[in-house]
Amino acid sequence: MNSVILGSSYIMVHAPDMVIHNGSTQTTERAVNPNSEYLKEIKNNLRTFDQAVAYLPNQAYIGNIAPDELAKYEMPWFDKPLEGATRDGRFGEIMPQDEFILLMQIVDAFDLVKLEKEFVSAAKSKLMNHPLFDEGLIGRIKEGEDSAAIQKYVDTEHAEPIYNEGQLVGCVKRAHDIDINLSGHVMFENLVSKASNVLALLNLVSKNKINKEEIEYVIECSEEACGDVNQRGGGNFAKACAEVAGFVNATGSDTRGFCAAPTHAIIEAASLVKAGVFKKVVVCAGGSTAKLGMNGKDHLKKGYPILEDTIGGFAVLIGENDGVNPEINLDLVGRHTVGTGSSPQAVITSLVSSLDKAGMKITDVDKYSVEMQNPEVTKPAGAGDVPLANYKMIGALAVKRGEIDKKELAEFTEKHGMTGWAPTQGHIPSGIPYLGFCREDILSGKIKNAMIIGKGSLFLGRMTNLFDGVSFIIEANKGLQEEKSAVSEEEVKTLIAKALKDFASNLLNE
Amino acid sequence: MDLENQKRVKEFAEKYGAENLVVILGAAEGEAAGLAAETVTNGDPTFAGPLTGVQLGLSVFHICEPEIKELVDESVYDEQVGMMEMVLDVDDIISEMSAIREEFCKYL
Amino acid sequence: MSLLKDKKIIIIGDRDGIPGQAIEECVKTAGGEIVFSSTECFV
Repeated sequence: MNSVILGSSYIMVHAPDMVIHNGSTQTTERAVNPNSEYLKEIKNNLRTFDQAVAYLPNQAYIGNIAPDELAKYEMPWFDKPLEGATRDGRFGEIMPQDEFILLMQIVDAFDLVKLEKEFVSAAKSKLMNHPLFDEGLIGRIKEGEDSAAIQKYVDTEHAEPIYNEGQLVGCVKRAHDIDINLSGHVMFENLVSKASNVLALLNLVSKNKINKEEIEYVIECSEEACGDVNQRGGGNFAKACAEVAGFVNATGSDTRGFCAAPTHAIIEAASLVKAGVFKKVVVCAGGSTAKLGMNGKDHLKKGYPILEDTIGGFAVLIGENDGVNPEINLDLVGRHTVGTGSSPQAVITSLVSSLDKAGMKITDVDKYSVEMQNPEVTKPAGAGDVPLANYKMIGALAVKRGEIDKKELAEFTEKHGMTGWAPTQGHIPSGIPYLGFCREDILSGKIKNAMIIGKGSLFLGRMTNLFDGVSFIIEANKGLQEEKSAVSEEEVKTLIAKALKDFASNLLNE
Repeated sequence: MDLENQKRVKEFAEKYGAENLVVILGAAEGEAAGLAAETVTNGDPTFAGPLTGVQLGLSVFHICEPEIKELVDESVYDEQVGMMEMVLDVDDIISEMSAIREEFCKYL
Repeated sequence: MSLLKDKKIIIIGDRDGIPGQAIEECVKTAGGEIVFSSTECFV
């Protein structure tokens, strides 16, 4: 029987200082153009925590407003704060930077995160009121050090500085003096990924009332690599995160595939559960600081604030069919193969044509969840409205297949598509952001099915020029049915009887 | 434009001569196409890459522009770009590209 | 005379527009020698 989606969580971390100090656009600018106008201007164009919380797409990401509701608001969205918005979401939360910096220390297993005393005491009292942080987690926060000690680590030991409100409040020490794979910079990025992933796991457990001891396997699918000089991407963020989240009965592994990785990971998780290997599998990922402010120059040029100021994370729980929750139909998995080619139409055809296996039309799928990037982020940067472009391609394919008329193209994109709301955090926007709403929409009968599509730019790794993508279908639960075994009990008995008879006659003949 | 790509463009211009190069773009929007075209003609407008202040004046087109499209085998173009043409704002791309070429291109 | 004849072609594709490899396929039919092809990504 198909496995089902039991729940999901979506989290964000508002990290304005990390935009300035850790976003690759900004660090590159500082290297090549240290006195640029952009670097001077960026500080004045960062949003406050409250502004980031009230930002409509962020409220959609954590589950407080549905995608079709978001679409009712005309862009720009940054100047239309949602009234009464809070950091608590139905699917997760938006965490402020100071609390998150403490979380980085909580998840640090190697005593690398050093924080300044006064900062710790102020932020700790906030985190102590957080319902998901029990004594065990809070107890991992250290008292802190003098600011002079922090400064020394940064100045003389290549530690990666941590800033909050423009002040140096801590650092991530390098984990090895020579090995660049364990440098302060790499450890910082990996700890950010781990901490945001753990936050997603804590929310997954609490928002969906999950018994964490039942989780048997975790698949982490971010875009980071952890390891040392002898195994650069050795990995297992999955198990490291499961450990902090208290999944004592779980092991896990990491799946990589650029932005397509989450969709690959869900297919793997659903397969493991369907095969009976594990009963409950979590797919999860934290976010990336490098992508913060990635398109910041274009945003400022257009008079927008820096919109890429949040780190993303998510977690999804896949379990055995319970007769209720939406099923992942593994018979209808689409994939871009080595031989597919990289033309946009070949890519989308390879991902959508899996429907042919069930004799379905493109219009038989109620909703397509593609790359759900917030268009307000991508449009000013010249990347266009990414989800809309995907919907137009799927619609164009439907026209080509004779399933809709060309005149109906606009209607198709509206009916079967959604306005994007996810932060441009690489793997985070890819197909996955809709799973929370999708589960609810299917359970409530609003839609009967959806296709989740993940696409990945493999060529960025310079190992291949290929593109990648996979897709799967989620559909309403068909109810628990007796599995029809291939051979009935009666047949088994007959087969055994025949085998024994043959054996006996062989003995007699000898 | 990506810094590594700028570096490669600069190297090829030195190796083969700017007059012998043609750059073909696949940008998703007119403005992005225009920025990339400006980068290889008048220099990197974002002042970030190796082409900052380097006026190569290269011949540059978008794959969807008629000048290039008419040179490509029709069925191959249809197979590789055809459907995407429905998605892109080709008119906007053409107007941005021609404006940049007129202003900065040295080899037409 | 063809715009691309005897020229060295540099391709800068876009993940969300036309990727480099798709442009390559087109240019191969139009003459000219592809010396570099890459695909950019804004997301």
